[in-house]
Amino acid sequence: MKRRQFIKGSALAAGSMIAMPAILRAQAATEFSFFFPVAVGGPITKLIDKFAQDFEAETPGMKVKPIYAGTYQETIVKALTAHKAGAAPATSVLLSTDMFTMIDEGAVVPIDEFIKTDEDKKWLQSFFPAFMLNSQTGGKTWGIPFQRSTVVLYWNKDLFKEAGLDPDKAPNTWAEQVEFAQKLTKRDGAGNVTQWGLQVPSSGFPYWLFQGFSTQAGAILANQDGNKTAYDAPGVIEALEYWVDLAHKHKVHPTGVVEWGTTPRAFFDGKCAMMWTTTGNLTNVRTNAKFPFGVAMLPAGKRRGSPTGGGNFYISSKAPRAQQEAAFQFARWITSAERAAQWCVDTGYVAVRPDSFDTPILKKYTDGFPQALVARDQLPHAVAELSTYDNQRVTKALNDGLQAALTGTKQPAQALKDAQVEADRLLKPYQRT
Amino acid sequence: MIDRRMRGWLHAWLLLLPAMALLALFTHWPAVATLVDSFYSTPRARRPSVFVGPDNYHQMLADPIFWQALTNNLWFALGTIPTSIALALLMAMWVNDRFPGRTFVRMAFFTPTVLPMIAVANIWLFFYTPQIGLLEQVRGAFGARAHNWLGSQDTALAAVTVVAGWKDAGFFMIFYLAALQAIPPNLAEAATLEGASRWHFFRRVQFPLLMPTTLFVLVNAVINAFRMVDHIFVLTRGGPDNATTLLLFHIYMVGFSFWDTGYAAALTVVLLVSLALLALIQYGVLERRIHYR
Repeated sequence: MKRRQFIKGSALAAGSMIAMPAILRAQAATEFSFFFPVAVGGPITKLIDKFAQDFEAETPGMKVKPIYAGTYQETIVKALTAHKAGAAPATSVLLSTDMFTMIDEGAVVPIDEFIKTDEDKKWLQSFFPAFMLNSQTGGKTWGIPFQRSTVVLYWNKDLFKEAGLDPDKAPNTWAEQVEFAQKLTKRDGAGNVTQWGLQVPSSGFPYWLFQGFSTQAGAILANQDGNKTAYDAPGVIEALEYWVDLAHKHKVHPTGVVEWGTTPRAFFDGKCAMMWTTTGNLTNVRTNAKFPFGVAMLPAGKRRGSPTGGGNFYISSKAPRAQQEAAFQFARWITSAERAAQWCVDTGYVAVRPDSFDTPILKKYTDGFPQALVARDQLPHAVAELSTYDNQRVTKALNDGLQAALTGTKQPAQALKDAQVEADRLLKPYQRT
Repeated sequence: MIDRRMRGWLHAWLLLLPAMALLALFTHWPAVATLVDSFYSTPRARRPSVFVGPDNYHQMLADPIFWQALTNNLWFALGTIPTSIALALLMAMWVNDRFPGRTFVRMAFFTPTVLPMIAVANIWLFFYTPQIGLLEQVRGAFGARAHNWLGSQDTALAAVTVVAGWKDAGFFMIFYLAALQAIPPNLAEAATLEGASRWHFFRRVQFPLLMPTTLFVLVNAVINAFRMVDHIFVLTRGGPDNATTLLLFHIYMVGFSFWDTGYAAALTVVLLVSLALLALIQYGVLERRIHYR
């Protein structure tokens, strides 16, 4: 017997509204809908519409219906609600870290089912290995990398010059990062900081930027099976102590939680000389920074390191077979070298495959804007974004610990120990299988 | 004779039917379904839902974030309800008088209500931002030390409370303004003749006559204090370390981020029951003391 969920009332209403077109379309076997995470209209929806049209023109008998579903969070809510109501869109772009959640809900099918020809196999091998880390588990591929990003360091060359630093050289190591930041932090007569050396955002999803620090300290936060975390490993504690020290000991980084959304603004206004943020901000910084800026790989601790981020294509388990096949064709088509390159130029996301960078369109772009190459060069050092079963809850345990340490209510070691205890409790059911 | 009465009944029920159907479909049925679901475990693909009795409620008692959300919510309610009502009354008294630019002031007070909460929160986000935010620039001009309002646990909850109070006040003002204008002007004339001070007139005449409105506004303010969480998503996402996690925000996270729908149902039941109790108390206790004209 099917159990009701607490959301059933609203879910059924919303779900049937979402699902109805899919059911109607099911009669025309090669027409399928596609959930895409865009909050508002604008250039991105136009790009996707264009892709959909081109795909229809090139592959007769297929119809793609892109549905713009809001933020990533709203999109997965809609996709899973539709799934539970019995009719899901054939494909959705969701966070790569939602892989375990989607598997756990039984909402996705492995991509391997659709790989038949040698050409298919070659295509699956064509992505950057760093992006496949969040797309594969248990020997299967569940997601196709599409709009992917990573964390990089942006710096203000004018402020570097002012501080007597070489404007073309970003910090290469943790020690240099502190040293540079000290030179770049300015205080007024009363001791108030007017310019911070470095800002690393910690609101909302601090774990993502923290993964830069922890990877550089040589630690890995979770295993590839997604059922074990190592939040309190020595390297992780060392990494958090370094981050906390930037604010409390060296006083080159704001104390408390630094807002993700306003950090680029602070950078544009010269209130912080260096910031860590996503490569997805590249176009934003390029448009709004009124000074020459540089983009660099994150500084190295024991090693270089950064997490990847962003969204993958998933194929729904509830869609009819013909729609699944069509959705696979579409995902394959849109991740060809040329189209991945085009997508990179238009949006600032990292092109998901190495051969995209040899295409004329991307070559032309990076010749005039070499900063766009940094993300690619950093990928060999990149690790999988933190992702486990019961992902959002296990991640939140770490987020809470990080914020507690950054606001000074817990010592880093204690905060991480508490987070690990909580993560262990949550993951226990998944360790037995 | 009976036929006509029957027809009257039928008529009445038919007229009520659309509203009742909608209420039942979107309010009563989901509420009952939620109650039922709160006694079942969360279904997963590999583990179907089973009856677990009060397990979800036990989990709630042991959930530190639930207790923190509850405490936060009480402070949030305590911060928003009296201030927004007092502010609304004050603003209504002011714009009830005749003075040049009255329409403009009325509109200004009402603007926060018209704006969507998400837009409002985005404005306030930059307002609170250290260094570049308006608040910090004003404080900086007076030589105050920089403060990270949303990023420290001591001030984050207060900061989101202020936004909610500011948003609510303009809405409640409209009700007070309408009620003030319904008070017959001869009462004011009589009071002037008797030589009553303005404060005395307010305390003895206006405020008692406004009591029905105050009850209505109070009920709404209480509901809003438990319902308004949109700005949390933009301003803090419940952080730092759950310092601004409110009950409904926690329910959303559990339900739609963690997909633990069974537990979310239990949380929802607790919220529903406490709101129902609050409303009952408000109507039961206050109604007797209210003078309806």
